[in-house]
Amino acid sequence: MLKKLVMGGIDWIDARIPMTETWNKHLAQYPTPVNFNFWYFFGSLAMLVLVNQILTGIWLTMHYNPSAEGAFASIEYIMRDVPYGWLLRYMHSTGASAFFVVIYLHMFRGLIYGSYQKPRELIWIFGMLIFLVLMAEAFMGYLLPWGQMSFWGAQVIISLFGAIPFIGDDLTLWIRGDYVISGATLNRFFALHVVALPLALVALVFLHIVALHEVGSNNPDGVEIKQKKGTVSEEAKGKFTFHKQYSSKKDIMDAVPFHPYFTVKDIMGVSFFLICFAAVIFFIPEGGGFFLEPPNFEAANGLKTPEHIAPVWYYTPYYAILRAIPDKLIGVVFFGGSIAILFLLPWLDRCKVKSIRYRSLAHKINITQFTICFIVLGYLGAVAATPLYTIIAQIASVGYFGFFIALFIYSKNEKTKPLPTRLTH
Amino acid sequence: MSNEPVNSGRRKFLTLTTGVVGGVGAAAVAVPFVKSWSPSEKAKAAGAPVSVDISKIQPGQLVRVEWRGKPVWVVSRTQKVIDELATLNDKLRDPDSAEPQQPEYATNPSRSLKPELLIAVGICTHLGCSPTYLPDSFGEQVEGVESGFFCPCHGSKFDMAGRVFQNVPAPLNLVIPPHYYVSDTQVLIGLDKGDA
Repeated sequence: MLKKLVMGGIDWIDARIPMTETWNKHLAQYPTPVNFNFWYFFGSLAMLVLVNQILTGIWLTMHYNPSAEGAFASIEYIMRDVPYGWLLRYMHSTGASAFFVVIYLHMFRGLIYGSYQKPRELIWIFGMLIFLVLMAEAFMGYLLPWGQMSFWGAQVIISLFGAIPFIGDDLTLWIRGDYVISGATLNRFFALHVVALPLALVALVFLHIVALHEVGSNNPDGVEIKQKKGTVSEEAKGKFTFHKQYSSKKDIMDAVPFHPYFTVKDIMGVSFFLICFAAVIFFIPEGGGFFLEPPNFEAANGLKTPEHIAPVWYYTPYYAILRAIPDKLIGVVFFGGSIAILFLLPWLDRCKVKSIRYRSLAHKINITQFTICFIVLGYLGAVAATPLYTIIAQIASVGYFGFFIALFIYSKNEKTKPLPTRLTH
Repeated sequence: MSNEPVNSGRRKFLTLTTGVVGGVGAAAVAVPFVKSWSPSEKAKAAGAPVSVDISKIQPGQLVRVEWRGKPVWVVSRTQKVIDELATLNDKLRDPDSAEPQQPEYATNPSRSLKPELLIAVGICTHLGCSPTYLPDSFGEQVEGVESGFFCPCHGSKFDMAGRVFQNVPAPLNLVIPPHYYVSDTQVLIGLDKGDA
């Protein structure tokens, strides 16, 4: 009786909106490679953190006062007086750092397994746009507590636009809406942070996933699970039914449906992530000065510059590149270029083999040196500049950009290992 | 509707004209959205000039006033400091103030109307930090120079006329704001002489 009622209800909806169809196409009958390893947790974790940021963000907005006069005090109010306000705020501020942790690991996964290569260039581009919007979102969010580092960090970053010839000064004035960073700047950043950029972010995540499901996931072997019709044995096809969208034109090998196989596996990843996330929130919510910087516990003061201005950790690699160059305009060009060049990755890598498992030693060395340079730059961008550190930052910057140049050169005629015909697991 | 074949010339014309008129309309609607980001009338009014009493400034002293929310320094320069300015030229990036970082009347060796008073915006031209005034200990930064300004953010250095030293991140000399002496004891910062 009850079952009949439920089934009837589902039929009623399905006749009006493709609910079951969408469920099957994107979850219950979506083919996922069997050899996914832990690197494949970070996409779903990024979605989880996005939900965390949106939820806690909405709740913080209920108590926050977006004005130069009231912002700093309202953060103190949230931390001390609002029931569980401290938890919501730490979930949000730690969530920002966690977002970048999972996004960087997610991008690194794409880098080592060649997930950006043809036919997944657009997935990579949408992903890079998400990364860009996320950086803007985090930057604007960091101004909102109106602490010293909020103020001076924003001062430094907005000044970067002043390096643009001819229009630079007018542009910075327009961005600030005042001759200095003031309440006008705070309020527009608040509007962008809570409305405009989250909308853009959600739209881009949607496009990222639509593009992913159109071509299907890559995997640690970099061998496509969708093969030419009639070339896959019954044993390789396995016992699962996949949606006709995927199986009508291609044979699918070594795949399992996303639900329940990877929904459950992802939940295991979520549990592990939440243990780490909760540990930070409850025991080191300031992340040792990396997630929330000490000068931000002092209200913004335009007449007093903090001793040492450092951006939050997730910007430090690019900031170190900016500082390494002793010319403002060229520094800003390379700063922007360090992000922009990532967009070109699908076209800079000319190798047909995707995964690092079957690529040359040169490629393995190149990715290793790039990773080391990125981490070194990240450290240097967080500490005060000394002549020695500047030289190291210059060397690491060469390594950073050198990765892309070298990749473009050797990938043309790279000596790769033979690919397996089936996924290895 | 009739069953006549599609008049593609008419369709093209209508699509084009609708597109152009719509595009112009969209561009016009963008104006208020873009313009609303410019400084408001209130912000402009708050950028009004500031008057400073200079009669009580001691030799070597720095007085900080706020103009348009920025720190403006009024520094009394001793004769020794003024004499030293001329000896630094080969260490500076723009010793002759060729870049337009000052009004015309301050484009001179001391970058001021009166050599004994430096009036400059105390914001580093690199990334907007406020440099520290080192009246006696600047020698640690530039050997043989007693006083100057040192930016704690990225290590930029400026002399006692706000001129930037070589091999530091800041590209330009410090900004000299528009100003004029209303009387022997009063200076007005934010306006050129003759402006209302």
